[in-house]
Amino acid sequence: MARVSQAGPALEIRNLSKRFGGAIALDRVDLTVRRGEVHGLLGQNGSGKSTLIKILSGFHAPEPGATLSLYGREVALPLQAGDFRNLGLAFVHQHLGLIPSLSVLENICLGEFAIHANWRIDWKGELARIRAVFAEYGLAIDPMARIDQLPQVDRCLVAIVRAIEEVRANQESHGGDGILVLDEPTPFLPRAGVEQLFALVRQVVAKGASVIFVSHDVDEILEITDRATVLRDGRVAGSVETAGARPEDFVEMIVGRRVDHYRSRHSAETGRKAVAAVVGLSGSVCRDLDLSLGEGEVVGLTGLIGSGFDEVPALLYGARQASAGVLEVDGASFDLTEMTPLRAIESRIAYLPADRIGASGAGSLPVADNLALPSLSRFAARLGVDRKAMFRWAAKTGKAHDVRPNNPALNLENLSGGNQQKVLLAKWLEIAPRLLLLDEPTQGVDVGARQQVFAAIDAASRAGTIVVCASTDAEQLAQICNRVLVFSQGRVAVELRGEDVTKEEITFQCYTGQTNSETMLTA
Amino acid sequence: MSGTGALSPIAEYEARIAELERKVSSLQTRRTLPAIDQQSAKTYIERYAIIAIWLALVIVFAVIDNYIYGSSRFLTWINFSTMFGTQGVLVALTLGLLLPLTAGDFDLSVAATMTLASLVVAILISTQGTPTPIAVLAGLAVGAVIGGLNAFFTLYFRIHSLIVTLGMATFVLGIAKWISASRTISIFGANPTLIEFVNQARLFNISMSFWYALILCVALWYFFEYTTQGRKLLFVGRAREVARLAGIRVDAVRSGALIGSGVIAAFAGILAVGVNGSADPSSRIGLLLPAFAAAFLGATSIVPGRFNPWGSFIGVFLLATGISGLQIFGIPNFVQDLFYGGGLILAVAASQLVRQRRAMDFGG
Repeated sequence: MARVSQAGPALEIRNLSKRFGGAIALDRVDLTVRRGEVHGLLGQNGSGKSTLIKILSGFHAPEPGATLSLYGREVALPLQAGDFRNLGLAFVHQHLGLIPSLSVLENICLGEFAIHANWRIDWKGELARIRAVFAEYGLAIDPMARIDQLPQVDRCLVAIVRAIEEVRANQESHGGDGILVLDEPTPFLPRAGVEQLFALVRQVVAKGASVIFVSHDVDEILEITDRATVLRDGRVAGSVETAGARPEDFVEMIVGRRVDHYRSRHSAETGRKAVAAVVGLSGSVCRDLDLSLGEGEVVGLTGLIGSGFDEVPALLYGARQASAGVLEVDGASFDLTEMTPLRAIESRIAYLPADRIGASGAGSLPVADNLALPSLSRFAARLGVDRKAMFRWAAKTGKAHDVRPNNPALNLENLSGGNQQKVLLAKWLEIAPRLLLLDEPTQGVDVGARQQVFAAIDAASRAGTIVVCASTDAEQLAQICNRVLVFSQGRVAVELRGEDVTKEEITFQCYTGQTNSETMLTA
Repeated sequence: MSGTGALSPIAEYEARIAELERKVSSLQTRRTLPAIDQQSAKTYIERYAIIAIWLALVIVFAVIDNYIYGSSRFLTWINFSTMFGTQGVLVALTLGLLLPLTAGDFDLSVAATMTLASLVVAILISTQGTPTPIAVLAGLAVGAVIGGLNAFFTLYFRIHSLIVTLGMATFVLGIAKWISASRTISIFGANPTLIEFVNQARLFNISMSFWYALILCVALWYFFEYTTQGRKLLFVGRAREVARLAGIRVDAVRSGALIGSGVIAAFAGILAVGVNGSADPSSRIGLLLPAFAAAFLGATSIVPGRFNPWGSFIGVFLLATGISGLQIFGIPNFVQDLFYGGGLILAVAASQLVRQRRAMDFGG
């Protein structure tokens, strides 16, 4: 922070608002990033973080009345896509934007090639330059290695170096030291990788540049940032110096003032007979999960992105291979390293993936065919599939689940997201599953359909179906689950049951689950 | 707390949600009802346009024939029965192609498979004196083996079927030239049973090859529409991940489709021997493109957006009618290439319009 004395902050936003139709994504947001500081940006999903970033990258236009100045110079809004390069801004998104099958060198040069036509590329010169840059930052990465042969951490570092080099190359056009925006770079990195990344960030700011660090993770914000701004429901909930802050202060700003526990409709359930169990399940992130499931129980799995909760349904169904683990249902035992969807279905285990069109249903085929896929044998007559009976059945099932419009001949993709989900859930409920595995069952589903999906899940659980639901939507989990497991770094950090299953408690635990349990605020 | 209408914020919020839900549901019903009516009329036209185009083409040619040339060569039973009879082979070849296309794979080796199978049958009958039924079974076996090899390389090594079958086509053609020494092999002198069954036997004065192709068409239509295997094939082609997660053995279905297309291509080759009385390694290889053109043309109609047997059946005759008409008027042979090549591109362009020009996705 040697250059704080220089005139003007690196970035100053005043009065930034953005509406999408009637919804307000950003409401008069102010943000100041000083020169040479790491500035954290926190908030839940939907708090406006990504809208803010997208306005800076020129993807969204803000409402009139906002001002943006960079290094003391006012910049006209809205920005055009690509403008940010000349303004000294650089972005590294979670998916990094690297081409896996090309070398580090080619990836770093890509940006330049996109902008300038060059009829004689000096590969030797470029190689020497990149080597020098890596040496400068103390990185031991071979510029000739292919991106897909590098560990995730190194890919991330390459993307950051590329971004910061781009800012430097354009220095004469913006006159500042550059502002690097890191948009949630850490969820998929191991702990050691995060430290490497932080070391690089510190070097970058030591050279005078500023960094905006977007994250969900309070601990990381505490560790790396100088100051941090928290967004909640599109407004600035607070902007604080990190040095004196405690994790609880951040969590409170992120979640909002903690409401006293209101009585949820879940009674503290005791004595459910355990009929299914998961033993020692490990996947790519998830580690040694043990879980016992009761008759008709609805169990929610949640956590921050990258904490491993979201892969559990796929692993139990055999959609992805587990590295270890056993599933027991009604006395039958399945080795999850050899589980297949076919075996799962034969044991009436159903799985509804989050990817509706792509993994869950075929968009270009009619509703009737999608509905009947797992129940085809039901329509096998002596002369082949009884199509008429199938359509009659599809119409009846559609009506029972309130699919609108209830026309089984329509292609699935012509229905709204909510109605697609009703169809796809109905397809599994029709086989009366013993274990129903859900992954984000109401993502992109409208309010009305959401309640109907919940009602259908509820009805199934009352009929004895065990439901396991992975979701980041705390409100949804609070509404449907008897029990919620909050994951952190691949393991269950907290188990909430009975009256603790509330939206506030779930969200709160997601953010604090990974901090030291002594510092938890639980009343 | 005093004053009128001091609802608590939560009640207010809930009331607003309920109102919005009512609005959404009324909009949903209002919007979709007329849309369905409109759609059904539109769909109807879309489905049967191909037949209308075919009839229009027939009428245009008949009119030109009558009033401009003052003859009546086009609209005669002889002309049509010949056309039906000669196109049976192409119909069969096209139908075989539908299996891998529906499963999301390409089979570029069908014409070569057909050529090799026809040569194997002709050689067995003419030089080995093999009884016709056994020769026919041997021909079908050749198709099954080639299809099996295609499936093996495509599925075991995860190579795109386009590449495997492209190589296989040339390889198989090489074998065909080798075993025939690049000559035409006739079965007339040896044992004309096959010719009798395929070409000399006639129904409504149309060669049996046409009726065999028609039977195959009915069989495939039944397979696609009324069997669980047919439904599975469709899901595998449309959404492989959905199919996998529904417990369908995707690889088994795909290899079944490739083997099926090999066997049906061999069947087309056997029909060709019956129609021509001979086999040679060069004259049928050019049927690959017409088969694709007809398959894609068929996918724009009857069941629009889906490869379907009846659409392909009519597609073959739509193209053949155009060519036969123009040839009668003395327009030279190159018109055939213009028709088939142009037909393929226009057919795919039309089906892309139906799909609102979304990028075509050929799964891996």
